[in-house]
Formats: sequence, structure tokens, C-alpha cells
Amino acid sequence: MDADPGADTATTPPDSDPTRKRRVHGMLKLYYGLNDEGKRVELAESLDPCDINGPHFDPEVYLNKLRRECSLGELMDQESCMVKQIRALDSDMQTLVYENYNKFISATDTIRKMKNDFKKMEDEMDCLATNMAAITEFSARISGTLQDQHAQITKLSGVHTLLRKLQFLFELPARLNKCLELQAYAQAVNAHRRARCVLQQYSHMPSFRGIQDDCHAIMDQLAQQLRQKFRDGGSSAKDLSECVELLLQLDEPAEELCDKFLSHAQSRLETDLQGLEAELSPSPRTDILEFIDRGCNEFVSNLCLVIASYQELFMASGKLHVFVDALAARYFSLVERRIQEEKGVGDNSLLVRALDRFHRRLQAVAKLLPGSAVPSQGTEIVVRAARERIKQYLAALQSFYLDSLTDIRQALAAPRLTVTSTNVAGGGALAREGATGKDAPPSLPDLLSNLSGSILNQIKSVLASVHLFTAKDITFSNKPYFKGEFCSQGVRENLVVSFIKFICQSSRQFCESAGDRGGSTPPALLLLLSRLCLDYETSTISYILTLTDEQFLVQHHTPVTPVTALCTEAKEAAQKLLNHYVKVQGLIISQMLRKSVETRDWVNTIEPRNVRAVMKRVVEDTTSIDVQVGLLYEEGVRKAHSSDSSKRTFSVYSSSRQQVRYAPSYTPSAPMDTNLLSNIHKLFSERIDIFSPVEFNKVSVLTGIIKISLKTFLECVRLRTFGRYGLQQIQVDCHYLQMYLWRFVSDENLVHFLLDEIVGSAAHRCLDPSPMEQSVIEVICERG
Amino acid sequence: MEDDAPVIYGLEFQARALTAQTAETDAIRFLVGTQSLKFDNQIHIIDFDDENNIINKNVLLHAAGEIWHISASPADKGILTTCYNKTSESRVLTCAAVWRMPAEWESGSHESPDDSSNNPQTLELLCHLDNTAYGNVACVLWEPLGDGKRVISLADNHAVLWDLQESSTQATLSSSATLEGKGQLKFTAGKWSPHHNCTQLATANDTAIRGWDLRSMSQIYCIENAHGQLVRDLDFNPNKQYYLASCGDDCKVKFWDVRQINEPVKTLEEHSHWVWSVRYNHSHDQLVLTGSSDSRVVLSNMVSISSEPFGHLVDDDDLSDNEEGQQEEKSKEPLQDSIIATYEEHEDSVYAVEWSSADPWLFASLSYDGRLVINRVPRALKYRILL
Repeated sequence: MDADPGADTATTPPDSDPTRKRRVHGMLKLYYGLNDEGKRVELAESLDPCDINGPHFDPEVYLNKLRRECSLGELMDQESCMVKQIRALDSDMQTLVYENYNKFISATDTIRKMKNDFKKMEDEMDCLATNMAAITEFSARISGTLQDQHAQITKLSGVHTLLRKLQFLFELPARLNKCLELQAYAQAVNAHRRARCVLQQYSHMPSFRGIQDDCHAIMDQLAQQLRQKFRDGGSSAKDLSECVELLLQLDEPAEELCDKFLSHAQSRLETDLQGLEAELSPSPRTDILEFIDRGCNEFVSNLCLVIASYQELFMASGKLHVFVDALAARYFSLVERRIQEEKGVGDNSLLVRALDRFHRRLQAVAKLLPGSAVPSQGTEIVVRAARERIKQYLAALQSFYLDSLTDIRQALAAPRLTVTSTNVAGGGALAREGATGKDAPPSLPDLLSNLSGSILNQIKSVLASVHLFTAKDITFSNKPYFKGEFCSQGVRENLVVSFIKFICQSSRQFCESAGDRGGSTPPALLLLLSRLCLDYETSTISYILTLTDEQFLVQHHTPVTPVTALCTEAKEAAQKLLNHYVKVQGLIISQMLRKSVETRDWVNTIEPRNVRAVMKRVVEDTTSIDVQVGLLYEEGVRKAHSSDSSKRTFSVYSSSRQQVRYAPSYTPSAPMDTNLLSNIHKLFSERIDIFSPVEFNKVSVLTGIIKISLKTFLECVRLRTFGRYGLQQIQVDCHYLQMYLWRFVSDENLVHFLLDEIVGSAAHRCLDPSPMEQSVIEVICERG
Repeated sequence: MEDDAPVIYGLEFQARALTAQTAETDAIRFLVGTQSLKFDNQIHIIDFDDENNIINKNVLLHAAGEIWHISASPADKGILTTCYNKTSESRVLTCAAVWRMPAEWESGSHESPDDSSNNPQTLELLCHLDNTAYGNVACVLWEPLGDGKRVISLADNHAVLWDLQESSTQATLSSSATLEGKGQLKFTAGKWSPHHNCTQLATANDTAIRGWDLRSMSQIYCIENAHGQLVRDLDFNPNKQYYLASCGDDCKVKFWDVRQINEPVKTLEEHSHWVWSVRYNHSHDQLVLTGSSDSRVVLSNMVSISSEPFGHLVDDDDLSDNEEGQQEEKSKEPLQDSIIATYEEHEDSVYAVEWSSADPWLFASLSYDGRLVINRVPRALKYRILL
């Protein structure tokens, strides 16, 4: 067997000293088939009988193998190696044994020590057990002794309570009586309630029966008194609710009580309402704020009290809704009547404050009675009042506007003073001579600025008043109506826009009514209104609307009238008024001219020595119209060549052109030529529209008026027959008109043309057409 | 479209008087009277050849004076009246007379207008309507639809009814009415109503329109301030007996129901100067023609106050069966009162407009410079009215 380890060492290198110690354990481990991790390793060649470390090692085979294979030297080496290995193994074993021995020794010591300790502990445990037994014994003994006494005490205390209860019961009738005397109903009811069940339970015993009967009697009496009090209705709502509460506790039927309660409440609330109504009729004695205040303090607060106590008492609100709705409806109708009385538009703040209070107080009802329609109805009233208010303001604005117009009419109708020469800067001698203007103290521009200023102020103050409805501290201002529709539809559309439209419409009416019935409207007013509308078109409308939009932060949910639409309307009105002004003034002058042509016997007239007075009148009137229009409208544009126009150009016209033009018409041989000439002229000149729209400036207005006048002159001339001097008179008149009228019109050719036509037509209608010398005409006209 | 182009005819003289030859229902013929103080005045007979778009003219001399008004007998093609100025030494008087056109004027018509003007035939005077007691004659009115035996002359403030006897050679005064009032009242225009058996007359003076009963020669209605200014012309609706159109210096044309004289039924304001003449179409009274001194002629379609406001009733019956019909009716509805056309061929004041008596779709207008323009109703509208 010695050879086994030797054979084994032969495979391991002998010279690995540093790891020797480990290798020793390693080898042992190897032997027992454990690797470094302590796991059994499957050995590959474990079936080999020659493996000295394998389990199937057969020494005989191994020896035979060695002997067969090795030489002697090798055997020797093998042997020494194996001896060396055996020795190493021995020493390894010795070390191991030594190490483990020490551990055994200490373990043995520890075990011994433990054995001693446990013994001591066992003694103490025994001692404890005996003590416990003693305690148990004592305890049992004590409780045994005390048992009897405890039962007694319990019994005694029970008896005590019972006795007290009994005492209470026996004393109950007396107590109830006393309460009744003192009217301390609540205590009585409370006491009775406590005793009732007991009495009920022991009612078979005669003594209790007696008490019960007594109590019943007293309580009946009490209930009677309560009902009486309830019925009287004089007591306050609080008392009343107390009564009801007590009666309820006394098992009165709730339904009936409910009805009674409501009817009482109703009667009291109705007295409030009657008070309010009395204040209303025949005419309100107090201002609206006071009225609403009274309504809130009396009716609404009482109503709230009723609601609150009802809900507290009956825990249901079915009937209450009907009740509240009916009363509130009456209250609302009163409030509405009162609001309708509020017609004056002076102070809006009072109304708004009143409405605010009204609305605010109704919120209390809303809180108390969540499902009620009352608050929303209240809001509706406020909304209606606001709408009504807007209507009133619109009416006020309109009447203010009409009043202002009346004032202006009066101012215009006031005795006119002769215009001083300073007023007619360009008029020259003629204007000074007799032009009359409207120069009573307020002049046209003053009147206009006064009018537009006061209208604007009025609008602003109305806007300010209306604005109160949307102030932040007003409870209803955050309702959707006041945030949206009120601002856009109400204020903007129904108030501001309507008013502007009204201005335009009423202006247009002036044109229509005055058209047929003659000049019922003074022309100056037409002019002034036209300027007003024009100003509105250019600036005022957009200013007002911007102001409104800013003040009311209008959010346009619904389509609103755009500024441009209003401006167009205003412009149309302005245009119409100005056209009408031109027409009226033109007609006044036309009328003079027509009369002057129609009433004269033109065949038998004398040789002209003067310009006819009517022509002077025409020029005067035209000048005064020029002044009037010049006060309100800008000068306007003339055709370029008019700047150098003067009397000189006119004389050129009359001497050269006129003679050239009329010459053929007087020669009997050529009747066609006049037609031809005038037709050729017409071919190259634009068609003249007589009653055509004018532009917004002085020149255009004057041109319009002069056109109308001269055209009338022409048509009238064509209807007459002239003698020689008749024609000459027309020549003189036309020359005179030419001298003065050209300066008023935009295109003097127009005046030339029309006057040419007049003279031409007169020549045609003349029995003896021999025209006057141009120089003579000039002399006559110079003379005035 | 060519057919719709206007036909223009120029007279050598200025002219105001125009009438259709009322008794002539086959040929389209207008009579124009000239105004000239220096030359012999003429009556131009304008024949319009519709098919060839050609105008034929014949000239008759009217030596008595310049013609202010002309009207043709409704019964006899050859007979007409004129109002003319007669100038004696220092007086101008407007007289009226009944004339007969020479029978052979038609046969003697020449191709060349020069020939006819060189050698014009003369009117034969039948009788004077003696107005020495009454003043200047504004117009002479024939009894409409009558036998050409009765005429009315309006002279200053008198309306005089004449009976023409002995084939119009003698005019005897039948009755007369006088307008009384403050100032110098003067009739400016008049119209003999074709309704009520021709017993009514309407006259205009200043701004008022008056109706007269010819049997009693008394006033039956008076529209004061019918126009803002002078009333220039009147015309009766040929189909609606109480309807009357008027025009005047306020540039307006107004339509009246004489039973309701407070307000006009309708007002048109399309002209920019005085309206001198207004005429209902004889057959289709929605067509109204106006002439004005703004040199324009306006043809209006006054459907809403015409005798056939909804078009033909037969159509309605046919169409009302189905819903499409209603839609079509709605599409028809926009045929509202409207201006059909404004004719601007004139360059001077238009004093007279007349519908042709032969062709209801044709009309003439006359301006002061002697230009006569013949126009037609636009074809589209014509078919719309007819169909």
C-alpha cells in the first residue's frame, strides 16, 4: 500500500513549495472527490485501475504495470517519490488532528458551563409557580367576600333612579300647570314628551293612569292655548314658528299645520303688500329707492323668515313653492308698477340702486329656496326695467333733439339784422347794399356747434346714466343679459344707433314734407342739418360708437349695425338735405324770375333804361345765400380759368362771342343756322342736369341754385313773345346777371351758356329782333 | 336690335306741338306744328314706315301763326285743331281754329322733301273757335271716342264746350265754365276723360288739378297743391276710370285716384327738370311716357297701378295648379314699378310726347329744336307684357 501515494505523487510536480499547504488540503480534497468549491467532481478516467487516486485502483495491476513498463532506475525513483508523498500525507494528517482537538476542548467547556446555569434557573421557576398559586387563592377568597354587598348597591341605585322618575311623574301635572301659567310652553312640551312613553306603558296602573289623565288634560289645554296663539296670528314670525314647532311635537297633524302656517304667513305678508300698494296709489309718495327698501325690509325679509322656518319645521318645500311664487308674483307686479311710474330720466342712479337692492335681496330667497323661480323672475324684472329705461332714454334724446331744432328755428326766425360788411368779406358793394343774413346774435356756425355739442353732451350723459346698470358693484351686472345683450343690443343698437338713425330720418322728413307744401322749413335749417349730418358722417358717428364700445366693452355676439352703414345713411341724409336746400333756394329765385317774365307785356315794353329790379333782387339773394352757405361749407373747387375771371373776361364774352353767336339768327335768310349753331354747341358741351345732386361745398351749392334759376328763366322766356325792346331788356338783364353770377359758380361757362340760351331764345321769340348795342348794355348795367 | 334703334327726324323750325293722328289706326302718323315768328308755320305730317324704318313727311302750310297746340279729330282723319299765336300790332293773342287737311296731300306726296317744302299745300280753315270773350287759348280737346262733333277749348280761366256743325264748318257755343278765384287764374292744361260717357274733364291751373262735370259745367273735385309748382300736363288712364297722371315743374309725375285726392297713389321722380308731358299707353296702361325740359324722355312701367297688375289672369289660372307655377309667379313678381328706359336723343327741352294711335309699341317725342324722335318699347318688355 505504500506504493499508492507514491504513484500518485509521481503525477504531481514536487517542486511547488509556496502552495504546499494548500496543496495538502487540495490533495485530501482530491481524494475525497471534492474540488475547490466543495463539489464532487466527476473524474474522467475513474474506471482506470491504474489510477492511484481512482476508486477502482487495483494495486496488483498497478504494480504489474510498473514492473512491466519501468526500468529499475525508474522503479527506484518511483519508490522514493512515493515514500516522500506518504510522509507528507502523514504530517498533514497530524496537523489536522491537532487543530480540531483544540476546538473540541473549548466546545466541551461551554457545554459544561451551560449545564450549571440551567440548573439555577429551574429553581427560580419553581419559586414563581408557588407564589402565583398563593395569589390566586387570595383573590378568590376576596371576591367571595365582596359579592353580596355589590348586588345590594346596584339595587339601591336602581331604586333611586326609579324613585326620581316617579317623583318627576307625580310632580308632572303641577309642573305642567306652572309652565302653563308662566307660558313656558316649550318646557311644558319638553317635560310631557319625556313622560309620555312611561305613562303610556304603565297606564294600567291606576295611580299612573291618574297622572296620565291629568297630563293629558293639561296638555290639551296647552295645545288649545298654542292653537289660539297660532290662530291669533298677531305674534311675530319667530313666535309663530315656535308655536308650530311645539304643536308638531304635540302630534298635531303636520299637513294641517302646514296649511295653517302658510295661511297665517300669507295674511301677514299680505298686510306688507297692502302697505306697499297703499304707497303706490294713487301716485307714489316716496322715491323708488325708499319704496324698494320698504319692500325688501318688510316683505322680502318676512318672506325669507317664513321660508326658513317652514323648511326647518316641515322639512319639505312642495307647498312652499306655490306659496312663495304666488306672493312673489304679487310683489313683483307692485314693483313693476312702481318702476313704471319712474318716468323721469333725470337721475338714473336712484333707479339702479333700487333695482340693485331689489335684486340683491332676492338672492337671499334663492339661497333659501334653491329651486324657486323667484330670483330669475326678479332678474327679468330688472332686465325689463333696463330695457324700458333704454327706451325712455331714446325718447328723451329724440325729444331733446326736436326741442333743439325748435330752438334753432326760433333763433333763425328771430328778426334778421342787416349783415354788416365785415360778414361779407368778398361781397363787395353789392353785399353791403342789402344782403340779409341770419345774423341775429347766434350765427349759423354757432348754432351748429351748439347743436352738435349739446347733442353730444346729451348722448354722453345718457351713456353715463345707462352705464350705471353695468357697474361692478351692482349685483345684476354680471348676469349674462347685462354683460352681452344689454350692451350690444340695448345700449349700442337700441339707444345710440337708433338715435343716430332718428336724426337721419327726421332730417329726411324735412325734405319730404317741405317738398310739396312749400318752404315750411326755413332753408337755413336745411343747410344747418345737412352740415350736421355731414359732420356725423365724417367723425361724430364713429366717435360716438367708439365711445359706446369702449364704455360698455361691447362683445358683439349678435350682428350689429356697422359704423359704415350709419355713415352712409348720414351722408345720404346730408346729401338729401343739401339737395333740398338747393331746390328750395332755387325755387325761391325761380319764382321771382318766373313772375317777372310772365306778368310783363314784353311786346309793348319801353326801351330799357335800367336793369329790372328783380334781377338786382336775384343777385342780392344769391349773394346772401352765398354768405349763408359760406358760413357752413368750404369754398370748393372752381374750374381753373375762373381765377383770372373778372369783368374784363365778361366783356370779352359779351362783345365778341355774343355778337358772333346771335348775328345769324337775326338774318331772316338762314333759319337753320341758329339751330345748327346751338346744336353744335350742345354737341360739345355736356348735358346740364338742372336738379342734380350737389357736392358738399359752397361753389357746388351755388352752382346748383343758379342753374335752377337760369333754366327757369329760359323756359319762361320761351313761352313768351317779345317786342324789340323786350328783347333788349332781356339782353340787359342777362348782362347784369352775367356780371355778378359768374363768381359764384364752379364753371362760369355754365352761366355763359345758360344766359346765351336765354338771350338766344328771346331773340327767337322776338317779333322785331334788333339787339341793343353792347356798349349801351354795359353802360346801363354799370349804372346799376 | 336694329329695329329698336330710334328714328330721328329734324324740322327746320322750333316746335312744341305734337299729336298722333287719332283717327288713323293703320298708318303710324304724327302731326307736328312748328313755331316761328318770322316764317310761315307748317304742319308736318310724319309717316313712319315700320317695316323699312323710313320716315315720310308731308308739309302743310299753316299761315295763321305759330302753333302752340295741335290735336287731331278722333273721327275724321282730315280734321284737326290748332292753337296759334296771332300777332296784331301790339298784341299777341292765342286763337284756336278747326282745319281740314287737303284731301290730296297724300296723293301729292313726293319722294323729295324739297319739292314738297317748295310747294306746300295749305290747310283749309273750317271755323274759328271764337275766343275774343275768353282770352288766350291754351289747348283744344276733342271729345275722346266721339264722332268729332264736340270740342273743348281752354282759354285763360274759361273752359268752353263747342258743338261743331255743318261738317265742322260752324262752331256754336254749347256751354262754358269759368274758374273763379283770387288773382289771374289760367288753365295750363286739360284732358277730356274717356270714361263716364265722356262727361268729365280735368284741368290744371297753377298747382291745382280740377275735375269738371260737363253736363252741369261744375267742378266735381279739386286737388289743391297737386304739385309743388305748376302742373304742366294731365292724362287719364285709358282703362281705369278714376286714375289720372299729372306732371309739373317739381320734376315729378304723380298718379292720382280722384276718389282719394289727399295723397297721390304713386309719385315718380325721374326727371331733373320740369316734366312737360305725360302720356298713358292707349292699350297697356302700365306704360307711361314722360317728356321733360331736361331733354329726356322716360318710359316707365307702372305695373302696380295699372289695370293688369299681375299680368294676364289666364296665366295665373294655368300656373296655380302646381308649385312650379307658384315659383314662376314669384319670379314674375319682380316686374315691379320701374323705369324701362331713358331716351337721351334730344338735346333741347322735350315739350311733347305721344304714343302712336296705330302701333301701341311706338311713340314719338318732340324737342324745342325741332327734333322728332320715334322710339319703340323695348322688345323684351313687349313680349313680357304680351305673353
